[in-house]
Amino acid sequence: MAESANKRVRIIDVSKYFGDVQAVRNANVEVAEGEVVLIIGPSGSGKSTLLRCVNRLETLSAGDIWIDDIHASHSKSDIRRIREEVGMVFQSFNLFSHLTALGNITLAPRTVKKLSREQAEADARRLLKRVGLSDKEASYPGQLSGGQQQRVAIARALAMNPKVMLFDEPTSALDPEMIKEVLDVMLDLAREGMTMLVVSHEMGFAKAAADKVIFMDQGEVLEIGTPAEIFENPREERTKRFLEHIL
Amino acid sequence: MAEVKQTRIEISDGALIPDRNEKSVFSAWRISFFGAIALLVILPIVKPDPFWDILKFIPDGILRTFQVTVSSIVIALFIGLVAGLGRISRITIVNRIATVYVEVIRGIPLLVQLFYIYYALGQFFTLPPMVAAIIAMSVCYGAYMGEIFRAGIQSIPKGQMEAALALGMTRAQALRKVILPQTFRVILPPIGNEFIALLKDSSLVSILAVSDLLRRGREFASVSFQYFETYTVVAIVYLVFTLFFSKLVAAMEKRLERGG
Repeated sequence: MAESANKRVRIIDVSKYFGDVQAVRNANVEVAEGEVVLIIGPSGSGKSTLLRCVNRLETLSAGDIWIDDIHASHSKSDIRRIREEVGMVFQSFNLFSHLTALGNITLAPRTVKKLSREQAEADARRLLKRVGLSDKEASYPGQLSGGQQQRVAIARALAMNPKVMLFDEPTSALDPEMIKEVLDVMLDLAREGMTMLVVSHEMGFAKAAADKVIFMDQGEVLEIGTPAEIFENPREERTKRFLEHIL
Repeated sequence: MAEVKQTRIEISDGALIPDRNEKSVFSAWRISFFGAIALLVILPIVKPDPFWDILKFIPDGILRTFQVTVSSIVIALFIGLVAGLGRISRITIVNRIATVYVEVIRGIPLLVQLFYIYYALGQFFTLPPMVAAIIAMSVCYGAYMGEIFRAGIQSIPKGQMEAALALGMTRAQALRKVILPQTFRVILPPIGNEFIALLKDSSLVSILAVSDLLRRGREFASVSFQYFETYTVVAIVYLVFTLFFSKLVAAMEKRLERGG
């Protein structure tokens, strides 16, 4: 226990089946407090599925996941505790389309944490400022650009004060000129010491912020290393071939 | 602007049907609606006997028709919400009960249901005709509403539920605060259409001796023997109301399309 005490996230022997298809095979990943871990790999390699296992948007077929000292067993209350500690940002933003930016950010603190409206809105305004969208608090998602929507989505996740943030291809649905504004917010978060698990192929972000890079293929975690190790000196043949495609 | 996916129940945009009609001053809707209004004004002036007498005789019936329609739609909405939630429930027994209700009710003609509740069940307990009518109409339309609710809920992208769950909300909270508010917006137009259908179907309750619009017409005609004149007026009055409400639904649809 002692050596894993400072591990924020421990993914132990996790497997996930969809019917007969094994999406994740015996994955073992540890993320220390404040660490930024990037998951890369070809599409269908199980990156997103692994990420979604962490906050139990997918049930596990086998294995264990710990967030600090919370073990996400199958009980509903444990799963909800995990989800309160783990924020998630989606590829398609998934902002609540009937609520303003402010409403999106305050909904969970008010319903889950039972914060007062004043308290939740004060927090939300601070977060909107942090992501550079103070002037958009009354805008509906449909009135915001993709980059702005994703920044509101990040603020929404941060409003629950998570210990860990999951990013599932946060920039894949964005036009090129909007990718930077989202990555900048993520870089700030990384600098402030947020523990992050990121599925992305943004090499700039990887080099600037990632402490570790994980390469997955066909559901398997093939390689874990520093960005330098993985990008410049991959051990596995499949990692090499994949990197040739995206670099 | 990045593509923002808007969700609504799929309506074909009918690219092959020319839409010119809509913009003309003499649109089909205007011809029908104002034509009907004009007839209702001109006929009693030109021929007060019997048209003026008919118009004086039927307002009670219009009131009754609206009482039945509005009460039934309100109750049907409530039944529909419960049935719709039942249809998407992951608890097998709840799901099965809701599905059986929808299948059975949709498979029996409304007229037969009216007979059944008033006459068949009337052998065990007697309901006032008005109450029997409202029960039959709400139970029947509740099944159709249930399908509208189900389709509406299922039309909300699954990312909305996932985002709510990922924030630590329970399924019930997510449903109440995220899914249903969006569902109501999507299903407003189809509910409006059900309202119009119910308004028309409410004429069936006249067979239970509820003095609705149709029944009042029949009462007038059977005394005066002026069937042609009476039923012409009855038909026009129904037409004015249904055209009015269908325009309202269309306006609602347009607003929903514009406002994101």
